[in-house]
Amino acid sequence: MNRPLIPDPSRRRFLIAAGAAGAAFGFAATAEAAISLGPYSGAPAFEPSLWYAIDAQGIVTVNVVRAEMGQHVGTALARIVADELEADWDKVRIVHVDTDPKWGLMVTGGSWSVWQSYPFLSQAGAAGRIALIEAGAKMLGAPASSCIARKGKVFAGKRSVSFGDIVAKGGLRSGFTDKELAALPIKPASERRLIGGEFQARDIPAKTDGSAVFGIDARIAGMVYARPVLPPTRNESKVTSVDESAAKAIPGYRGHLVLDDPSGTVPGWVLALGDSFIAADRAVRALKVSWENGPTAKVSDADLEARARALIADESAGSLVVADPDVEAAFAAAKSKLEAEYATDAALHFQMEPLNALAFERNGVFEIHTGNQWQSLILPTLAKALGRPEASIVLKTYLLGGGFGRRLNGDYAVPAALAAKALGKPVKLVFTREDDTLFDSFRSPSVQRVRMAFGEGGRVTAMDHAAAAGWPTEVMAPFFMPKGANDRPFDPFAINGANHWYSVGAHRVRALSNDLANRAFRPGWLRSVGPGWTNWAVESAMDEAAHATGQDPLAFRLKMLDGVGRNAGSAPNAVGGAKRQAAVLSRVAKAAGWGGKLPAGVGLGLATTFGQERDMPTWTACAARVRVDGKTGEVKVEKLHLVVDAGAIIHPDGALAQMEGAALWGLSLALHEGATFKDGQIQETNLGAYTPLRMSDVPDLAIEFVDSDHAPVGLGEPATTVVAPALGNAIFNAVGARVRRLPIRPQAVLEALKTR
Amino acid sequence: MARFEVNGRSVQNQGPDDAPLLWVLRDELGLSGTKFGCGVGQCGACTVHVDGQAIRSCLTPVSAVDGMKVTTIEGLGAGGVHPVQAAWVEAQAPQCGYCQSGQIMQAAALLAANPSPSDAEIEAAMDGNLCRCMAYVRIRKAVKLAARKGAGRSAARKTEVRS
Repeated sequence: MNRPLIPDPSRRRFLIAAGAAGAAFGFAATAEAAISLGPYSGAPAFEPSLWYAIDAQGIVTVNVVRAEMGQHVGTALARIVADELEADWDKVRIVHVDTDPKWGLMVTGGSWSVWQSYPFLSQAGAAGRIALIEAGAKMLGAPASSCIARKGKVFAGKRSVSFGDIVAKGGLRSGFTDKELAALPIKPASERRLIGGEFQARDIPAKTDGSAVFGIDARIAGMVYARPVLPPTRNESKVTSVDESAAKAIPGYRGHLVLDDPSGTVPGWVLALGDSFIAADRAVRALKVSWENGPTAKVSDADLEARARALIADESAGSLVVADPDVEAAFAAAKSKLEAEYATDAALHFQMEPLNALAFERNGVFEIHTGNQWQSLILPTLAKALGRPEASIVLKTYLLGGGFGRRLNGDYAVPAALAAKALGKPVKLVFTREDDTLFDSFRSPSVQRVRMAFGEGGRVTAMDHAAAAGWPTEVMAPFFMPKGANDRPFDPFAINGANHWYSVGAHRVRALSNDLANRAFRPGWLRSVGPGWTNWAVESAMDEAAHATGQDPLAFRLKMLDGVGRNAGSAPNAVGGAKRQAAVLSRVAKAAGWGGKLPAGVGLGLATTFGQERDMPTWTACAARVRVDGKTGEVKVEKLHLVVDAGAIIHPDGALAQMEGAALWGLSLALHEGATFKDGQIQETNLGAYTPLRMSDVPDLAIEFVDSDHAPVGLGEPATTVVAPALGNAIFNAVGARVRRLPIRPQAVLEALKTR
Repeated sequence: MARFEVNGRSVQNQGPDDAPLLWVLRDELGLSGTKFGCGVGQCGACTVHVDGQAIRSCLTPVSAVDGMKVTTIEGLGAGGVHPVQAAWVEAQAPQCGYCQSGQIMQAAALLAANPSPSDAEIEAAMDGNLCRCMAYVRIRKAVKLAARKGAGRSAARKTEVRS
């Protein structure tokens, strides 16, 4: 279903450098990349593919187009190349490249990086290995068929020649055709030497001594600092007047700009300028700006929710993502039915590095220095804003002080660029935390309705799921939207998860774009996107259905994860299909002691997911053990068990870190986060009011990976999606209170206790 | 006009006396390892040591450190890699890394005052430091690792030598 959405790196992967020697343009450019981990010799290089080069000292520079935001992605991707190349890991250098059309689509999200890169990086590595063995064999006077490559050298028996010496000699084969590359022998799993096993992430040391450079740390001589004065609504407000009389008294104040934005990204914006951030910050407080408010200035959560419910009630609205025939017939014939509504409140990104960007023109090129997850998305917008071709704009890639999807939307670069153009000077735009929150493209509040029909013995005969929320992809990247069965486009990142792998008879999934939300704010992609809230409905409903029909929630699920029909799965990514989901669910239940006796007030709850999208299933299951205080409604999470089958694991320790972080994100979103949208704005603009999970809230975590040689898939998000429903189900099992809104607040638990 | 010491170097503030120490460190002194997170002292990303105490530099006016010794993440390992930093690498604690300067400074101050803290003491000391990647499992592990490696004892010795 999502095939057209997946960036196709194959268009890019066979751009083979013309010759063995001589610095190609890309290599020269990477020398000044903002993030470069490892030694750099500057020597002429062999470039078997666009993705890496080997110089005459044997240093392998791997070009990484993905953003580093905590997932240690450079290490994982370089490790894939190095394994297949048989490189010496100590001689591998990682460069996070600047934007250039030659890289193709630059996006870091969707838990796609390893999954998408693995096939072509492996092939690129194999191409280099084969070329080096051929040339090395000649130097050793041995047939290539008798030579092997290991740890940066080609061996003929005990004699060897290093990759560096082979490259120095030149004449390496580099003209692999598409067909040849596709047919290259990729090593069997048993021959992997750098994939899997224990090793450290290359980006970590600099993150412990203050030397890591994030976007906010980028600076250039002569830059002017700017802080925004934000309008009363995200969209459609207009500046009517600015009174700067009080600001003029602030030392270092350098005036203000009312932004004129041809791209329409930052309507109603004013920037306060200063010699320092302090001056700009203080000037913001002194400037008196008046606006003609946008029409959504009075919109609040209740309005958004009412609109969502109206959309759900209108059966003709929305895009049909799953559209089996006979859904209504199954409901008409049902022995019993279930209908429930699930809701989630707005959730903020709250990445710790507030938004920022440094922009200036140099040598005819507009440079944007910032952290960004989707360079290819914001470049056309920047081009429109600046009135210049994309080819004359470069985004320099910095470390991201948290991405979580916020920096997929690069809107914050636009005002910096506009100001730099207007002033003819470098502009360093820094948001305060409050600015960052008010300008967040947060996760839209959502409302979902799930209906289920049951036949004999509580067998599920139909499932009807309607989900309404603001659609980030519609607002920011409509070209990324596929069409449903009724030919209407839908945002996959606002519905994935509902198209699950359970066999439920006649299945219907209807995705609804909350147009009021889309207008009142800019909905964003937040870590785990659609499944982060659709799975709240799916997995809560599964439990409700099991209890309503008198079945064990584990057995009930396993029966439907039968791997039959469209849930059988297919190569290369979903071999085994729903059977693998059943396997992780069974394993987590066993690990957590499902079915055992628990003290009063303590409950165990299950939830499972296929991860982010059907084309890339990451089979994941969670068992949560909670203790519920019946008097206060407080929920104490005692332990989270998670089991994941993500295929082959490239960087096991990094994978574990992602699982830990993702699971705790799930917990934080379930119990600790949730924002109020009132009068066109988020109300909780800083810590104190917005309260992400802290160290003392961390429960015991037990995380297991299924040992697997299947295609490696994404790991950054799936664990986020199972924790909330596992908690909700555990709360029900502990005290009989069914909660249907995220975050789960004590008051809601108390109210649910009254109606049990 | 505040005069103080940063990582062993004497400096004099040129800007307003009420400017937060954080921005003086970052923008005037070029010490960008100390991070801006919330600006209200509740995330801990801006944590530095003032005369050995962990403080939030975003809320501390530069005038308040007049005559005092400020240590930032860049100066923590002045005599080589500080044991807390080594433990952070060994535990592979950082994810995005943005909060980690503050986490490390907080942990170093904790261990200097209490070389072998209990779990509850670690939580009490570290709860004010938000990690949005939620790398808490490893941060806690790294604090314990640093304690076992004697980070607190070596820090205490260093302080004695200096005084």
